[in-house]
Amino acid sequence: MQLKDIARILEAEVLTCEDKLNCTVEAACGCDLISDMLAFTKEKMIVLTGLVSPQIIRAAEMVDLSGVVFVRGKRPTPDIIELSEELGIPIMCTHYPLYESAGLLFAAGLPGWRHWPRAVGGSEDAP
Amino acid sequence: MRLEFPVAGRDFQAAGGAAQKIKRTLRQIGIDAETARRVGIVAYEAEMNIVIHAFSGKVGVDILPERINVFAYDQGPGIADIDLAMQVGYSTAPEDIKEMGFGAGLGLPNMKRYSDNLVIESEVGCGTSIRAVINLPTKEGS
Ligand SMILES: Nc1ncnc2c1ncn2[C@@H]1O[C@H](COP(=O)(O)OP(=O)(O)OP(=O)(O)O)[C@@H](O)[C@H]1O
Ligand SMILES: [Mg+2]
Repeated sequence: MQLKDIARILEAEVLTCEDKLNCTVEAACGCDLISDMLAFTKEKMIVLTGLVSPQIIRAAEMVDLSGVVFVRGKRPTPDIIELSEELGIPIMCTHYPLYESAGLLFAAGLPGWRHWPRAVGGSEDAP
Repeated sequence: MRLEFPVAGRDFQAAGGAAQKIKRTLRQIGIDAETARRVGIVAYEAEMNIVIHAFSGKVGVDILPERINVFAYDQGPGIADIDLAMQVGYSTAPEDIKEMGFGAGLGLPNMKRYSDNLVIESEVGCGTSIRAVINLPTKEGS
């Protein structure tokens, strides 16, 4: 699945880094805690989050994330948009809540990190 | 080569900036993406712990031919029980910090998981010092 498919499925508005819409995404994770995100995501993954904070973008850059989706109609503030452009982390906004967003992507074939053979440390320390 | 950055307690605007500069520099000098990612995560968690739990400190790396040492030290309250602090889910982060997405009690466990060796020293009422080793991949690719 590509980022642009995710935007289509979630009827999301892409706010930054439109040049990366063709990037491949292999898995997704829903998290509202920064340390969870650092523990359970990797490159070629996206995060669905209701947490609107610049630290989401900073953490996303640390794990080489492919993108961040803000759910439930939450709008990132200008400092978040600026940081996402500076660090090259695409962000999009969907009106769907977290649960529906995850369900839609999962139903479309995008797995969670557990199913992903390259997940750090395997599945034994999954949440 | 040594990189070192100051970290100010409670400065959430600058928070994470040191880890980002460290990671970017590692990539620029040709360190592989996986190692840079591990160093970035360890440095970020250490930096955020200073921002959240301490008054001020430093975070940095020593880049050696076969490994990267991440270090962080702070002036702060210190950690009374390090074994307890290392437990997944243990956090003393106040409510306003939790609303910002911190306080999962996963920072120190993450640092242990992404490093090859982690040493924590702390003195209550004085401060905390952390050293983590991240080995560079061997040339054979193992
Ligand atoms: N530099 C520090 N100075 C003083 N106390 C610390 C420091 N680092 C960690 N601690 C203590 O150890 C606890 C656990 O730290 P850890 O990083 O694992 O979790 P956290 O910072 O509370 O939450 P998270 O990192 O998941 O956002 C902290 O809540 C705090 O009580
Ligand atoms: Mg922490």
